[in-house]
Amino acid sequence: MEKLLVSHSPHINHGDTTRGIMLDVIIALLPATVAGCVIFGLYSALVVLTCVVTAVLAEFVSRKVMKRPSNIGDLSAVVTGLLLALNLPPKLPLWMAAIGSIAAIVVVKQMFGGIGHNFANPAITARLVLLVSFPTAMTTWVAPLGSSGEVTSSATTGEVIDVLTSATPLSNTALEGGYYSYTQLFFGQIPGCIGETCALLLLAGGIYLVVRRVITPTTPLCFIGTVALCYLIAGEDPLYMILSGGLMLGAIYMATDYVTSPTNWRGQIIFGVGCGLITFVIRYFGYLPEGVSYAILLMNILTPYINRLTAPKPFGWEGKK
Amino acid sequence: MADNHLSTFTKGIVKENPVLRLVLGTCPTLAVTTAAFNGVGMGVAATLVLLGSNVVISLLRKVIPDKVRIPAFITIIAAFVTIIQMLVKAFAPAIDKSLGIFLPLIVVNCIILARAEMFASKNSVLPSILDALGMGVGFTAALTLMGMIRELIGTGCVFGLPITAGAIEPMLIFILPPGGFFVFGILVVLSNKIAVKMGKKPVKSLGCGNCQGCKGCDAEGYPAGEETAPATSESKSGATGVNITTNQEVAAAEGELFPNDKAITEIAAPEGDAVVKAQAKEAVDTATELKKGEVSDDK
Repeated sequence: MEKLLVSHSPHINHGDTTRGIMLDVIIALLPATVAGCVIFGLYSALVVLTCVVTAVLAEFVSRKVMKRPSNIGDLSAVVTGLLLALNLPPKLPLWMAAIGSIAAIVVVKQMFGGIGHNFANPAITARLVLLVSFPTAMTTWVAPLGSSGEVTSSATTGEVIDVLTSATPLSNTALEGGYYSYTQLFFGQIPGCIGETCALLLLAGGIYLVVRRVITPTTPLCFIGTVALCYLIAGEDPLYMILSGGLMLGAIYMATDYVTSPTNWRGQIIFGVGCGLITFVIRYFGYLPEGVSYAILLMNILTPYINRLTAPKPFGWEGKK
Repeated sequence: MADNHLSTFTKGIVKENPVLRLVLGTCPTLAVTTAAFNGVGMGVAATLVLLGSNVVISLLRKVIPDKVRIPAFITIIAAFVTIIQMLVKAFAPAIDKSLGIFLPLIVVNCIILARAEMFASKNSVLPSILDALGMGVGFTAALTLMGMIRELIGTGCVFGLPITAGAIEPMLIFILPPGGFFVFGILVVLSNKIAVKMGKKPVKSLGCGNCQGCKGCDAEGYPAGEETAPATSESKSGATGVNITTNQEVAAAEGELFPNDKAITEIAAPEGDAVVKAQAKEAVDTATELKKGEVSDDK
């Protein structure tokens, strides 16, 4: 047995660790998570907890089964669980949330080789697996706590109303045209997934990530900008559209995933614009009210090709004659 | 001789299972296994066609000229498919309805043509019958198993009988195409594991070195005919003779090669294995190139 030790550049380490970056993402997501739990009640906190705990457990067990060193300390499983939870409806049965986490970690991440090897964003893919598997539960939205006068009027019949199902702003526009105010949209007083409604805190988290240089703003700006531009051309209210649905959450936190998005700024522009176009096409022409998840997943799959197209030329490089 | 006949029959069930080990007939496998009953129907129909075509092709093997054997085989297979399709339409219209286009498409099922080409055209009638039955049983068993799994998780029933339906909400994705691919992949992995455990060497993979076009190809392949698995994973995991055939396992091997993207890549290679060393060097070169790309991008 002969050991071949090879070390390649870079030999100087910057000091950024996976754990540090993941911690920053968690910090950025926490305000929106807390807001979601406040807006939709205690049960949504349970959904978040279930997702995170299951994701970490799934990571630990699958690494053990595959006889690889455990890496739950890098917190990437926590981020995946948290992102998945923020993409789920507030009243989703807990076992479904757990299945989502297992699908994300075991199927999308570990089966393809663990962190850095997944072909698509685990949280997005898991959300789509759940959406396809449990279409009813995944599209049952509840109104924010104490937001509507209808609750009190219904209470006069003597029944205790647990939740009030309600349509999201997007499914409203798909039916009859929106009726939520910008303030409601901006502060998250709207039905939707746990973490997607409060645009203010999502933006704040995004700015934190940009300031900490965890993400570059290229992809989110191109993504949101493209959607806004498309709606402007289509003659609809662009501001309403970018504030509703999972656009903010998807553009800031999921389209910027290191593994599944292009590495340089030219690629990121293509990626963002592509995501925006697909989102618009699905929202505007499709029968689905929401298209952000599908857009990000499709562009994730195209990422290797985008990377190849936009590979920077090394200094002194000459093309093939 | 009897032992030989027995192995001709049994090899199709696990060792050379057409779907799970030879990865043939994937299209009907994925398409019709949304329910266990469909799997049985498809399996039986294909088995009958396979039986008929193997017998006739084996009988005619000295008559059919070598140059036009494929059209001749297809014509014979098509005749049997037509017969089976008419019989199914007459006596089992329910199966005909659920299998739809995939019943006539048995004509182009790879398993049947593969058995004609690889076995029936070279062997006498009795072994050909046994081969057809063995392959047919293997195909039916794989399809039924897949159908049962997908039906159970996707609808909560098995063969239409409710098992968990009503108690647990079924995961619809399992009866949709993505679930089909997922179950298929998992079953292929499991059957490979079982075959390795049983001490049977995996079916010779169509590795680079075994490929017909290898002579004209510049890539550094393995020496033809030699069953070489990427030696790194082999020597590390300690398994011997494991031929890496599935994507998951390849990914696993890559994961072992570059644990957590550490800068230092440690490669253990058996002594004197020049091919492995060359490959390791190539991998490192690629990694270096990638790093260079990233560095220049940062500027």
